[in-house]
Amino acid sequence: MPAYELNGKTYEHDEEGYLLDVNQWNEELAAILAKGENLPLTSEHWEVIGFLREYYNEYQIAPAVRVLTKAIAKKFGPDKGNNKYLYELFPYGPGKQACKIAGLPKPTGCI
Amino acid sequence: MPGIDEPDYDSGVVKKFMYVNRKAPFGTIYALEVLEMVLISAAFEQDVHLAFVDDGVYQIKKGQDTKGIGMKSFLPTYRALEGYDIEKLYVEKESLEERGLTADDLVVPVEVIDRAAMAELIDSMDVVLSG
Amino acid sequence: MLHTVNKSPFERNALDACLARAVKGSAILLYEDAVYAATKGASTAQRVGQAAKDHKVYVLGPDLLARGFNEGQVLDGITVVDYDGFVDLVAELGTVNAWL
Repeated sequence: MPAYELNGKTYEHDEEGYLLDVNQWNEELAAILAKGENLPLTSEHWEVIGFLREYYNEYQIAPAVRVLTKAIAKKFGPDKGNNKYLYELFPYGPGKQACKIAGLPKPTGCI
Repeated sequence: MPGIDEPDYDSGVVKKFMYVNRKAPFGTIYALEVLEMVLISAAFEQDVHLAFVDDGVYQIKKGQDTKGIGMKSFLPTYRALEGYDIEKLYVEKESLEERGLTADDLVVPVEVIDRAAMAELIDSMDVVLSG
Repeated sequence: MLHTVNKSPFERNALDACLARAVKGSAILLYEDAVYAATKGASTAQRVGQAAKDHKVYVLGPDLLARGFNEGQVLDGITVVDYDGFVDLVAELGTVNAWL
C-alpha cells in the first residue's frame, strides 16, 4: 500500500490518495494533503473540512456533493451552501478534493 | 450487487424504485450493498422507496454495537438517508411482530404496513431490487 | 410484474418471502435451485400447488432437466418454459422482482 509520511509515521492511502483509516487523520496531515493538491488552506477551507469530519462521525459516510451543499447551507447559510462557493474553495470538487483532505473516503457514488 | 437487472436510472422520466431489504445486517454483504446502491441511486433523482421485511428489519434495529466483531456499523448511515431525500421507508408489521420488535426499536422513522399492503406497494413499483 | 426465485426452498426462505408478498394473479418463475419447489412429492408440494392456483407459476425446463426431473414430475398447474419463454415473460411483464 502507498503511504504518506509525516514525523516518522506512515499513513496508508489508496491509489487515489484517500486515507485508508479515517481515524489516523490530523490537521498537520491535512495541510500536507492540501499541499499535494496545490491548495493553500484558509479558514474557509477548514470550516468545510471540519464540517466533513463531523458529518462522517455522525453518519459514517462521505456525503455526495449535493447532500454536502445542502447540509452546509443549513448550517452556515446559503452564502456558503452553494456550488459556486464550494467549488471556488475546492476546484477539484467539494466531494472528491475536500473529502481527501479531510481524510474521508471518496464519496459513495463519486466517479 | 444483488438483482439480475441493471437499474434503468437514466431514461429521463422519474420511476418508482423500490429496494426490498430482506437480510440481517452482518451475516451477508446484501444489506450493506443495498444501502450503498440506494445512496448512489439518490443522485439520479428517482422516486425511491425502501422496504424492510423478514430479517431485513434487523438492519435498522437500534443499539447495534459492532466493536466486538471488528466490523464497521452502518446503522448511522440509515440516518443519513433523510439528507439524501430518501424518506419513504416501509416496514412490514408481521416481520416486526415475529421478531418481537416494534417501530420504537428502529433507528429511523418508518411507516409500518401489513403484509397485504406491502404486497400491493411492491406491485405498484416500476423497478424492484431485492436483497 | 414477474417475480423470480432461484433458491432451494429447503435451504432458504426466498420462495416463502415471495409467496407472502406477491399479489394474487402474479407471475412467478422458479429457476436454478428453486425448481425443486415445482416437483411432486417434495414437502413443499402443497404450498406450491396452492400458489399455482393463486398465481401463474412457471418453472424453467433446462434447470429442471439438469437436476434430474422431467416435465411429468412437475406439479399440476405449473407451466414449464424454456429460456425463450423466460425472456418472453420478462418482455411481457416488464418489471422483474428477483427474490434473492
